[in-house]
Amino acid sequence: MESSVFFGLSTIAYILAMIIYIIYLAFKKSQIGITATAVTIIGFISQTLAIILRWKEFADFSQMGFLRSAPLTNLYESLIFFVWCLILGYLVIEFKFKNRSFGAFVTPIAGMALAFIDLSGMSKEIQPLVPALQSNWLLAHVMMSFIAYAAFSLSFSTGLMYLIVKTEKKNEGSYIFWSVTLGIFIAVLIAMGIDLLNFRVMVKPEEFIKSYMFKTSFLNPSPPVKIISWVSMAIIIFVIWRYGAVLKAVITKFNIAPDILDEITYKSIAIGFPIFTLGGLIFGAIWADQAWGVYWSWDPKETWSLITWFFYAFYLHGRMIRGWRGKKVAIVAVLGFVAVIFTYLGVNLLLSGLHSYGEI
Amino acid sequence: MKSKSLIDRIWELFASVRLAIVIFALISLTSIIGTIIEQRAESAKNIQVLSKLFGENHAQGLYNVFEKLGFMDMYHSWWFIVLLVLFSVNIVICSLDRLPRIWRLVKEPIGPLSEETLKKFPIKREITLKGKPDKVKDAVTDAIKNAGFSFTESKEDGGYQFFYQKGNYSRLGVYVTHFSILVIFLGAIIGVLFGFKGHLSLPEGSVSDVAYSDRSNEPRPLGFKIKCDNFDVEFYGKSDMPKEYKSWLTIIKDGREVFKKSIEVNDPLTYNGITFYQSNYGLISERLGRGILILRLVSSDGKSSDISLRLGDTFEIPGTSFSGKIIDFSPALSIDEGGHAFTYSGQMNNPAVFIDFSESGKHKYSGWILKRYPDTWQLPEGYRVEFLDYWGVEYTGLQVRKDPGVWIVYLGCITISIGLFITFFMSHRKIWVRIAEEKNNTKVLVGATTNKNRGALERKIDRIISLLGKKQEGDK
Repeated sequence: MESSVFFGLSTIAYILAMIIYIIYLAFKKSQIGITATAVTIIGFISQTLAIILRWKEFADFSQMGFLRSAPLTNLYESLIFFVWCLILGYLVIEFKFKNRSFGAFVTPIAGMALAFIDLSGMSKEIQPLVPALQSNWLLAHVMMSFIAYAAFSLSFSTGLMYLIVKTEKKNEGSYIFWSVTLGIFIAVLIAMGIDLLNFRVMVKPEEFIKSYMFKTSFLNPSPPVKIISWVSMAIIIFVIWRYGAVLKAVITKFNIAPDILDEITYKSIAIGFPIFTLGGLIFGAIWADQAWGVYWSWDPKETWSLITWFFYAFYLHGRMIRGWRGKKVAIVAVLGFVAVIFTYLGVNLLLSGLHSYGEI
Repeated sequence: MKSKSLIDRIWELFASVRLAIVIFALISLTSIIGTIIEQRAESAKNIQVLSKLFGENHAQGLYNVFEKLGFMDMYHSWWFIVLLVLFSVNIVICSLDRLPRIWRLVKEPIGPLSEETLKKFPIKREITLKGKPDKVKDAVTDAIKNAGFSFTESKEDGGYQFFYQKGNYSRLGVYVTHFSILVIFLGAIIGVLFGFKGHLSLPEGSVSDVAYSDRSNEPRPLGFKIKCDNFDVEFYGKSDMPKEYKSWLTIIKDGREVFKKSIEVNDPLTYNGITFYQSNYGLISERLGRGILILRLVSSDGKSSDISLRLGDTFEIPGTSFSGKIIDFSPALSIDEGGHAFTYSGQMNNPAVFIDFSESGKHKYSGWILKRYPDTWQLPEGYRVEFLDYWGVEYTGLQVRKDPGVWIVYLGCITISIGLFITFFMSHRKIWVRIAEEKNNTKVLVGATTNKNRGALERKIDRIISLLGKKQEGDK
């Protein structure tokens, strides 16, 4: 059986689960809720099987042994693993907090991401690895980094939702902050989506990032297209700012208490931070020491990871020692994830260094 | 009011979280600049970056300013090191400043509390059980044990109190974490002071007793000799993407070979505290025609012999009058549309040798034999000419490192992991259960505190209450 069959199955399951979660929120019948959870779990299991199968396919192809063949070496694989972590994180939250309201938010993201990966024609080819990537540390380093990224992305969404729910006035600093952040975020996602659909060539992530990303929009060689893209982004931001109350009403409808949002933001960071420290920074350093003989070389990727680490350390110290709660720390959580995205994509897009050969 | 002494003020400054935040921010912001300006690069490169960002008119001026400030090698500049020192001092003072209070919390023994105090606790539960305290006491202690708490018991007026604390030392986890950062810094400093970062390009067959410093390019004696016996690249399928590159190295000390190892990326060689990492490789173009060709000649009855040849040499297939003459060599052979052979790369990506074959002195045919394509080795007469290697024209690029501090850094990494685990996944929990007689029944009051993960403790206490509730139902 091929892995893509199971990926397709999990895509359908997640989209189906989204519909059932919405029905559940409308009627509040517990059987419907259980069905939604069950469908999500089915999707998760088939995605797990798909990842294992792809792993095996890669191991058979590369002949490098199972441990070194983790399917985490290009954008296609890393996005799939990211979705997997996201669903896992959601399921944990559902069981811990006995709250299904997030399901209606998370499953569509997962389903759409998988469908998008499929539609965009992103290269599913299994590619050989350059020698530097052939290490047993690949699995631990990349997998743990991604688990941390997924945890941070959860804290980003709950932090943002917290700000949306907790702000009233349009001229309030935190209101402007969240509407602009969300606007940029959505505009960038749309721009990347257009790039992928437009180029459909995607060989390797670094090639895409270096040569194609934003080339249809913000970095287009033709000035009118460029201007239209930037203006569109401004319009998106304006619309979100103007109609923020609608978003707030939606979230309030979903019956999510701000305190739970604050707590999930904190818990995700409290789990993501140690995993990021160990898997991202320490394992990365050990691997670099083995491959190049330097555990830390102030390479842009390393430096940005450290900056990300500082952001979350700041969040944790602010919360634990100063007792900050609410909007103040939510803003830090949101900014922390901006640093995460820059570490993951921005460094490869704009800067060069050891990781520029396509490490993710 | 007595005015504070200068030392007190400095202490307060360094003990404040605010300073920590300022230092975090300064290190982050300057580091961002350091990732945009390529470190230790040629000046033209960074002037180009700056002119892209700020326009060509300002680029040169800005470059001069940044260079004066040390941004071209900022992670080694005096002010960045000052920031790191401030960061360390901040960690030390913050920790010392809070230590007495935390230590009190760790060491504070737990004892019985009054009802009023218990009722003020953030986590509290109540339940009334039928029967006097002496009768329900066992049920209560069973329930507490069932929830995973051992406890101390004390007798008081009209009842009992059970109390327990766990994980008081987990409050020190944050100290382990902070201390580990200092350990890692210590290891890094030792590495900088007593270590060596260098490189060495070693041609096949060559020996070196020095490596060259990365910073100054000065040679530095190794204390032994290192020899590259051979170097080889393996490619993925028919592509030019390297799958693996390998050097066979020998360590020579006092004229004797003492150690041999083949190294590849991610698998270095260490001798006498100095480690050699496979880093890159290349072709030495001026040696190209002077390499040694190693062929394995296989006659039609399967007998084989290995020979070494140079350009222009001739060889004979053993036991026959069939001979070959080496005419030409290409490190990377390709054929263009017109069928002409040409060299397409400066690397040894597809080594090929052109051989004129003759039988009994009479020219028969000539052609290319390629190392990566065994089907070119077979001759029509049933003989085989295997292309094993073209030796002596490639060099292996090695990184040479000596870092006596690396084990201290690793030690710090281990302890920081432990510290973070304690800090985030363990908590200091205190729980009191008071049972007292109330109108011939027993009132059970549970109070608890924790410094982290309140939900989990609350679930445990709810378990105690529900166990007691069930017991009550069962007794009816």
